[in-house]
Amino acid sequence: MAMNYNAKDEVDGGPPCAPGGAAKTRRPDNTAFKQQRLPAWQPILTAGTVLPTFFIIGLIFIPIGIGIFVTSNNIREIEIDYTGTDPSSPCSKCLSPDVTPCVCTINFTLEQSFEGNVFMYYGLSNFYQNHRRYVKSRDDSQLNGDPSALLNPSKECEPYRSNEDKPIAPCGAIANSMFNDTLELFLIGNESYPTLIPLKKKGIAWWTDKNVKFRNPPGGEPLEELFKGTTKPVNWVKPVYRLDSESDNNGFINEDFIVWMRTAALPTFRKLYRLIERKNDLHPTLPAGRYYLNITYNYPVHSFDGRKRMILSTISWMGGKNPFLGIAYIAVGSISFLLGVVLLVINHKYRNSSNTADITI
Amino acid sequence: MSPTRSRFVQIHRSDDDNSTIGRNFKLFLLVLYLLNGEKFKHQEDLCSKKPLGPESLLLRGARLKNTKEIFGVAVYTGMETKMALNYKSKSQKRSAVEKSMNTFLIIYLIILIAEAIISTILKYSWQAEEKWDEPWYNQKTEHQRNSSKILRFISDFLAFLVLYNFIIPISLYVTVEMQKFLGSFFIGWDLDLYHEESDQKAQVNTSDLNEELGQVEYVFTDKTGTLTENEMQFRECSINGIKYQESNGRLVSEGPTPDSSEGPFYRNSLSHLNNLSHLTTSSSFGTSLENEIELIKKHDLFFKAVSLCHTVQISNVQTDGIGDGPWQSSLAPSQLEYYASSPDEKALVEAAARIGIVFIGNSEDTMEVKTLGKLERYKLLHVLEFDSDRRRMSVIVQAPSGEKFLFAKGAESSVLPKCIGGEIETTRIHVDEFALKGLRTLCIAYRQLTSKEYEDIDRRLFEARTALQQREEKLADVFQFIEKDLVLLGATAVEDRLQDKVPETIEALRMAGIKVWVLTGDKHETAVSVSLSCGHFHRTMNILELTNQKSDSECAEQLRQLARRIEEDHVIQHGLVVDGTSLSLALREHEKLFMDVCRNCSAVLCCRMAPLQKAKVIRLIKISPEKPITLAVGDGANDVSMIQEAHVGIGIMGKEGRQAARNSDYAIARFKFLSKLLFVHGHFYYIRIATLVQYFFYKNVCFITPQFLYQFYCLFSQQTLYDSVYLTLYNICFTSLPILVYSLLEQHIDPHILQNKPTLYRDISKNRQLSIKTFLYWTILGFSHAFIFFFGSCFLMGKDISLLGNGQMFGNWTFGTLVFTVMVITVTVKMALETHFWTWINHFVTWGSIIFYFVFSFFYGGILWPFLGSQNMYFVFIQLLSSGSAWFAIILMVVTCLFLDIVKKVFDRQLHPTNTEKAQLIKTNSSVKCLDSMCCFSEGEATCASVGRMLERVIGRCSPTHVSRLWSASDPFYTNDRSILTLSTMESSTC
Repeated sequence: MAMNYNAKDEVDGGPPCAPGGAAKTRRPDNTAFKQQRLPAWQPILTAGTVLPTFFIIGLIFIPIGIGIFVTSNNIREIEIDYTGTDPSSPCSKCLSPDVTPCVCTINFTLEQSFEGNVFMYYGLSNFYQNHRRYVKSRDDSQLNGDPSALLNPSKECEPYRSNEDKPIAPCGAIANSMFNDTLELFLIGNESYPTLIPLKKKGIAWWTDKNVKFRNPPGGEPLEELFKGTTKPVNWVKPVYRLDSESDNNGFINEDFIVWMRTAALPTFRKLYRLIERKNDLHPTLPAGRYYLNITYNYPVHSFDGRKRMILSTISWMGGKNPFLGIAYIAVGSISFLLGVVLLVINHKYRNSSNTADITI
Repeated sequence: MSPTRSRFVQIHRSDDDNSTIGRNFKLFLLVLYLLNGEKFKHQEDLCSKKPLGPESLLLRGARLKNTKEIFGVAVYTGMETKMALNYKSKSQKRSAVEKSMNTFLIIYLIILIAEAIISTILKYSWQAEEKWDEPWYNQKTEHQRNSSKILRFISDFLAFLVLYNFIIPISLYVTVEMQKFLGSFFIGWDLDLYHEESDQKAQVNTSDLNEELGQVEYVFTDKTGTLTENEMQFRECSINGIKYQESNGRLVSEGPTPDSSEGPFYRNSLSHLNNLSHLTTSSSFGTSLENEIELIKKHDLFFKAVSLCHTVQISNVQTDGIGDGPWQSSLAPSQLEYYASSPDEKALVEAAARIGIVFIGNSEDTMEVKTLGKLERYKLLHVLEFDSDRRRMSVIVQAPSGEKFLFAKGAESSVLPKCIGGEIETTRIHVDEFALKGLRTLCIAYRQLTSKEYEDIDRRLFEARTALQQREEKLADVFQFIEKDLVLLGATAVEDRLQDKVPETIEALRMAGIKVWVLTGDKHETAVSVSLSCGHFHRTMNILELTNQKSDSECAEQLRQLARRIEEDHVIQHGLVVDGTSLSLALREHEKLFMDVCRNCSAVLCCRMAPLQKAKVIRLIKISPEKPITLAVGDGANDVSMIQEAHVGIGIMGKEGRQAARNSDYAIARFKFLSKLLFVHGHFYYIRIATLVQYFFYKNVCFITPQFLYQFYCLFSQQTLYDSVYLTLYNICFTSLPILVYSLLEQHIDPHILQNKPTLYRDISKNRQLSIKTFLYWTILGFSHAFIFFFGSCFLMGKDISLLGNGQMFGNWTFGTLVFTVMVITVTVKMALETHFWTWINHFVTWGSIIFYFVFSFFYGGILWPFLGSQNMYFVFIQLLSSGSAWFAIILMVVTCLFLDIVKKVFDRQLHPTNTEKAQLIKTNSSVKCLDSMCCFSEGEATCASVGRMLERVIGRCSPTHVSRLWSASDPFYTNDRSILTLSTMESSTC
């Protein structure tokens, strides 16, 4: 009991303020930050402040949407399925693996002419390039021309890492399954013989991929020498150094290969195959008329219910034909505008009750 | 507080060799261990036994006062020391927010496991066909093919868990801890919580409970020192049936004659100046001399008793400054400083000194009293220490004349029954009158002992004190024997002033929907009168009483009656008074009934409470069905148990030492600070942390749901949508700072409005911001945003069209980056929408986060990182931004996401505005424009580089009207209705 007194004022207590000592008080600093008085903008989302925003969004979005929609509508696009699952299709004969090489021809007609640069894509469906096992099955060091990785590819490439005790270059499932159909486009003009449409195979891959990310192994020797000690991917017919005759499009920097190596996000995807450059302003790149597509059918998709397509498309500044963005802009803009009107009505109706700041208990 | 003398174990230095000391110590140890032993001072003193009891024990934290050194023995240092016990019970306090946070966490854990299970099951149903499981282009390795099915299933499940684990925001805990720790500084920094006179600022002992301050439903407050100043002032006394008031060191009689003392209390009969000091020296006063002499003798004895019967210590040496207790006060002429464990005693001794009987000091066994310059030495024979059962203390002294007196002082209920002489009835009336005025009363009585009586007493006392068994019982018996046949001298009344703004604070608490209970150890009448004066009880209140209950059944009957009365009359407010004994009866058997009555009363006052009873009351409220959040305020050691029991314990750094302050969660200097602490800090902290918690769950739902959706498109192969660096940095870098800064600085309403309108506190009661409804809203918002991110991006790709102007294609990483970019922007802007207080820091971190994301992504994607195995992200982000469609899509998705939220907010506000929302509309004159707030670094117009002004100047049309706009906070703040609690007006101009 007696000790209560002693226990109470303990060491840290001390006198509230030491008399005679330095005028050191415990008074907190009177700064804006410490007093939580920093100058601040205090916005409040009320109908009044939000209303103009709604209208502005509506007014901006609807024209943008219309613009995008029109742009998208002006894009010409034709898609030709050449899988051959339909027995009437000329390519159905190629479904059986016995026929090699199998060449089939599909006729089609362009109702309208394609102007400007035309882009030729191939499309695959039900092909899961985004499967985890698939996506990681590559060795970026090898593709970047690292000599040690060339002969000793990453473990990620398994089971496409080595064949017959030789490292595979390029290793991995992605490279192994590279698309290898050949597509040729002919215009059936008025004359009896068709004209071959010239297809440009450069410029289909990202510039940085072609020039920085993908590199052949260093050295001045011919590519065949540089890839010595490696073997071709199992499914390939030719080794990597025979992909193209031109040296700046051969080996790892072959653009078809680079395009394939950029794995697609969704199981239905397109990849840029060739460019058809416009000739001059007077003639459309692809005039309306009858065409045929000559396909060297190599790539099997039947086993996984896949489809193969050839797509011809023109391009606007914002890409291929997709009405979604335009429609979405118009929709959001309209809803915003509509809600603005609704809010205006409500605001008007409830003005009295909301403007008074009385606080009810 | 026991007014017993602080005595210290002193063992004098012995000349004997060490072995003897050792033996003595052994004995001493044994003896102390029993707490019931005898101490041998010296070997030669062995025959003279000295008693050794609990008062000889130095508890941890004790300090030497009146001796240079002592010998001591550690008796016990284990886990059951007072300190250790206090420490133990202090640890576990969890806030309501934390509890609901854990609930949410469990819900999310369930979502996580459900998502993982669904994914695993779907994966296996999908993989049933080989063409999906292992198409020709994507063969498994031998090892994968041969692993056992069960093992694969488990590893797949775990892989999904890892993939989705971000839905459990681990960074939430880190951020919450940081927010609490850093946020708690604002309490200590607050000038409004700083008490100028005592130089005390608010003190935060735990940062875990900040938000709990915004959830308080019950406030339990101590009275003395908490509601009152605990600055005892001697006000009145009643001597021999005559009432006196003290004014300027003189006693003024209140009534002309003893008989008329029952007259009007407040009559200031200045004509009857009665200078006692004058009286005691010369008896040339008054008319009827004999009466006067008798009176003078009584007065003399009364004040002698006052200045002798106490345990006040004296110090005329200037001590080193640490040891000075809070009671020190210097008496101007003699430089005497009194220390006492009870402020009442000190007030009494000081009063006696003012009147002329100065207590000079006690050395060894004598007490010196200076009566008008004449020194008198009284031999102190015995001290019969105070204890709470007897509620009185006595001393036995030998006057210089050789007469032996017993002076007793104590509560009137314990002294008056022992009296046989004196003006008992009149004094009793006076005491009641004092109590009605809210004064603290003590009765003083004496007994003259003959030497024969004294010898008897001395012997009995010695026997009892040295008894080895049942010492306490024996002592009590002896005390009982000694303290009898007393002659009543009179009564003292000491005032304890109410603290500043107590009634306003209590009223504000009540307006905020908080129930206030006053728990005090004081007697019924005093407690009621203080309650009335501090506004706890209103005059209009119907005051119910549950006091002096002796038996169980009686108590139950009374309770039922009270319940009936409340039911009959529920228009009027009820106040309930309970005393300690009745309370313990009520709590023993009729807990439920009692709680029902209490809950229906708007004010409850519990008087005559023991410390543990206080804690028990709080525990009962805590575990009642509604599980309300309780807060206890107290200042003394007797409040510690209640402070520790309550959800939030507030210590008042007052005069009764620092024990309460140290054991509390928050310590403040004055009771009135409670209103700012709760209504402003509590409210802010609650809003901040509630939004923090909700936002964290929201942003992680946004983060992980696209990954889940992506599994439907990649055969449930656990392919991640985002790059691993983005996965890691999302919570650490891209979205962490805006929410942290928000949770530190947010002020959704002006603090002055919060303080002036306590009713706003009700808007956040019952953990409203973390109710299941709001939680669902945030969660659904998170999911819907995630759907918009993911499917928006999906639809944008359409049939996987090119998004670039050169016809080239994007891959899966670009797709993921698009989703991620939309997400980072949306989530950050969503935080911006929640922010109502935009300082430059907020601007900096909000826009800075988005900019950082872009800069980082440029950098990260711009280099082939040599140490990374895969270069997936190389130039992905830059390619993405080079696409016009991507930009349009990003804008569209961000706008759409926020659209939902804004519409909901606006409609809610328009159709069912809450009080908080209404209060936000109150115009404060400290409005800063958005652009200006970006570069306002401190207060004052000058430091506020107005961007708008700069722009205007650049454009060339500088308008002076803009400059004249004032927003300085030093403007007199609006004085709206009930501005009862404007604390200090802001002194911003001084900084």
